[in-house]
Amino acid sequence: MKNSKLSEGEVRHIAKLANLTLTEKEVKKFQNQLNETLAYIEVLSELNTDTVEPTSQVTGLKNVVKEDLVKSSISQKEALSGGKSKHDDYFKVKAVIEK
Amino acid sequence: MNLNELTVIEAIRGLKERKFSTLELVKDCLERIKKLDSKIKAFVTVCEKEALEEVRGIGDDVPSGIRPLLGIPFAIKDNFCTEGIKTTASSKVLENYFPVYDATVVKRLKSAGAVIIGKTNMDAWAHGSSTETSDFFTTKNPWDFTRLPGGSSGGSAAAIAADMAVGAIGSETAGSIRQPAAWCGVVGLKPTYGRVSRYGVIAMASSTDSPGSLTKSVEDAALILNILAGKDESDATTSSKPVLDYLRGIRGSRGIRGIRIGVPKEYFVKGIKEEVKTKTLEAIEVFKNLGAKIREISLLEPKYSVAVYTILQRSEVSSNLARYDGIRYGNERSYFGDEAKKRIVMGTYTLSAGYYDQYYLKAQKVRTLICQDFEEAFKKVDLIIGPTSPSTALPIGASKDSVMFGELQDILVEPSALAGLPAINLCSGFSKEILPTGVQIIGPHFSEELILKVGYAYEQTTEWHKRKPKL
Amino acid sequence: MRIKQILIGLEIHIELKTKSKMFCGCSAESFGKEPNTLTCPVCLGLPGALPVPNKKAIEWAILLGLALNCQIPEESKFDRKNYFYPDLPKGYQISQYDKPFAICGWLKIKDKNENIKKIGIRRVHLEEDTAKSIHTMVNGEKVTLLDFDKSGIPLIEIVTEPDFNSVDEVLEFCKKIRQIVRYLEISDADLEKGQMRLEPTVNLLLEEEGREFFTPLVEIKNINSFRFLKRALEYEIERQFQEFSRSRVQKTSGNKTTRGFDENKMTTFEQRHKEEAEEYRYFPEPDIPPFRISEKLMSNVKCQMSNVELPEAKEKRFLEKYDLNDSQVEILTEEKELANYFEECVGCGKDEGANPQEIANVIVNKRIDFKDLSPTEFVRKIGESKSKFTLTESEIASLVDGTIKENPQVVDAIKKGKTQAIGFLTGQVQEKAKGAADPRKVQSILREKLDLSEKTKGAADFNKT
Repeated sequence: MKNSKLSEGEVRHIAKLANLTLTEKEVKKFQNQLNETLAYIEVLSELNTDTVEPTSQVTGLKNVVKEDLVKSSISQKEALSGGKSKHDDYFKVKAVIEK
Repeated sequence: MNLNELTVIEAIRGLKERKFSTLELVKDCLERIKKLDSKIKAFVTVCEKEALEEVRGIGDDVPSGIRPLLGIPFAIKDNFCTEGIKTTASSKVLENYFPVYDATVVKRLKSAGAVIIGKTNMDAWAHGSSTETSDFFTTKNPWDFTRLPGGSSGGSAAAIAADMAVGAIGSETAGSIRQPAAWCGVVGLKPTYGRVSRYGVIAMASSTDSPGSLTKSVEDAALILNILAGKDESDATTSSKPVLDYLRGIRGSRGIRGIRIGVPKEYFVKGIKEEVKTKTLEAIEVFKNLGAKIREISLLEPKYSVAVYTILQRSEVSSNLARYDGIRYGNERSYFGDEAKKRIVMGTYTLSAGYYDQYYLKAQKVRTLICQDFEEAFKKVDLIIGPTSPSTALPIGASKDSVMFGELQDILVEPSALAGLPAINLCSGFSKEILPTGVQIIGPHFSEELILKVGYAYEQTTEWHKRKPKL
Repeated sequence: MRIKQILIGLEIHIELKTKSKMFCGCSAESFGKEPNTLTCPVCLGLPGALPVPNKKAIEWAILLGLALNCQIPEESKFDRKNYFYPDLPKGYQISQYDKPFAICGWLKIKDKNENIKKIGIRRVHLEEDTAKSIHTMVNGEKVTLLDFDKSGIPLIEIVTEPDFNSVDEVLEFCKKIRQIVRYLEISDADLEKGQMRLEPTVNLLLEEEGREFFTPLVEIKNINSFRFLKRALEYEIERQFQEFSRSRVQKTSGNKTTRGFDENKMTTFEQRHKEEAEEYRYFPEPDIPPFRISEKLMSNVKCQMSNVELPEAKEKRFLEKYDLNDSQVEILTEEKELANYFEECVGCGKDEGANPQEIANVIVNKRIDFKDLSPTEFVRKIGESKSKFTLTESEIASLVDGTIKENPQVVDAIKKGKTQAIGFLTGQVQEKAKGAADPRKVQSILREKLDLSEKTKGAADFNKT
């Protein structure tokens, strides 16, 4: 494993990717905490995994699908019930740049 | 006797025999909550109105084949969606969230006639092993109010230990049922991953989250599993394996003679509390005297599981918490607490450009080694037994000591959680501070029947589970 | 400096017309529905919700893969593509990263010299659609309104190799894809309704004094018609040429940009820097077990394939079987419904004495409006018009001559302005003809012989067909 010590800039970049706004204090705090955690997980380099396949599913299940049938949806009222900012029957947010 | 002190099985019997009414049973629980919860703070929401409404609807009916849990008061961890009842995951982001649907577990409990008495406190988003990283308040351990109940299902464990509910539901990602069960001296069953539906459970780590129960007896755990287990069309990771009658399995048991039990020497980790160790060894003696064949086995050192779990869990967390943007429900992301933010940042990092192979992929490969390790072990033994937690309940504030408190506390339960194995915590005794110690039984996939049998045999031989805190 | 080569690659999104959404049971027919009425915990991204994949969507992805000559790998899975945008309810899109359902295919088109060219298809994969965003003003504030009815609808993404070297090639390919998905009946592919979305990526290979330069890659979004596709590409090619002349900036691995298309100005404009794959933090979707494409599934899909005659095969068969020419065949097979109609008419035509060439001719030249006619009715109408009007023009002319001679007063009246009387004369001719004269021909010959202009038409009793 390459020696990983996160810089403040990296923490800020990650926060942006994670859609989190961090204060300067938080950036520093997380930087330290993260580096400590990363140091702990270095322990994995002790194990040789060259010929090992990754496991993302412990169930061993395969090909789980559903039929193409329509089931009832929740009502419009229920769908909108959690939103704080709405207009007519839409959720409303501040304008975002088009994708 | 106060009816809230009954087990689920006892309460069902009492109701059937009309020794008391549903109303009396539910009221005793509500009164117990009123008496104690301002101090213990196990509940985020107490559903007094809804519960009494339920009781009115039940009328004179008693538990039966179709509704086996009719009238039994249950406490439900606050990460299970309950329609119309506030569900917060103990987070400020969801402090005013009212789901428009029930989790499958909740649906099944309600179909069985259970009465929801309240939603219990937890570490926010299930990120923790203390319940003091709840965004709202810290739940106290009923055995000692200056101590933690464990977590993240601390509220449910405390509610059972303090007899504020008759049965309780929790969830485990890695230890969140077993560890608080150990610290609170109750039975905590974590089924095989995929045995019980996760639909409607606020996701933490999708590949290990397992709904389960916190109860006063092993029989209760078996009965509840009968109701919760089974394939769910809404959860693609649930198993089609038939659901056995786990209760009949226990009762029809002819003892545990000849069952091979392995004790991993690596689970007696450095720093383990001496009394935890001795109580575990005493439990092993009990099994030996019951006729089980005990042998020492060797498993991969748990420290690797801690690293794997930290990476995989935090990676999945970073993705699972992405939906909380405050647009369709809840508050926006600035409402996340420190622990959540920390885990999201780390998880985002381990999945990001240039680091995925080094962390996430590597962790998944080591996960394969952990699974294979157990597979090998289960060729030689039927079950694995060891201490659940390296310590007894720690004092309030302890979780602030370490950046990886949660993951380190759960060192003994993470390997089996990563492999998706079923396991149970049983109270194995008490320390000199009168704090419960816990022993865990781990089995291969879908071996709940065997685990429950062995657990029941242990319970019949010991009296630990009957002790209650002085409240 | 000159453009040595134009290089274009294409990403096409096809909205599948399954009944339900990709990962939940909500109806997928969102067009024209009230906002936020077709949602559920899953497609709304509510806490605790879980995805379960739609079997039909998967079968159709493999079906399209086969139709595009792809390999279908034995193992496949879904992955999470993580990014934040208000129209993405979970904060990630369930898509496919490194193990899509189909890979390494191709489709033949004709290049500008009418030579056959194979366009490489890198992959065909499945993903879910996002919500609909409406950018508008509310109370003087710029806002985005969100409708989650569209969220979770199944999309197939087709990614080609950068094998296109002209705008026309791209257009032909897109039209062929549209035709194929319509033939397979997996999508209506109506561009205006957003059921087929086109995103070309274009750059140029320039040459100057023996040296070669590549311009940076540009992806163009927001194109919703073939006409705009053509305009956008033409504009962009010219723009890149000018841009390079000015800035001399060459392609690097990091300078790909995204541009939108302005329909009013017919220009492309800069949007934002394209996020690299790593920023999406792809990882296998833990909520959906992976797939091993079984022999049973493959044979099931292959069976579905064998029940569909794809455009290329149909064209070939029509040419051989019905002895038609290329342009007739192209028109007849453009839409499967028309091709089927044609063949049904051919079936009926055997009894009514109409041969395939006649039927093709009438359809192609729209001699008869067949919109509401059943094949039997249509063929009968052909028969009628054929057998009915057996008189030649000269035969009609002599009948007209006869009628004029026999009715001098009427002819007089007409010439003096009583043009309605033409109707009487027409009737007389038809009587003599016993219905065997094409009324249009009777009219025109009568007028000619009466020295009347076209303007006096209208009052006549026109037998409208």
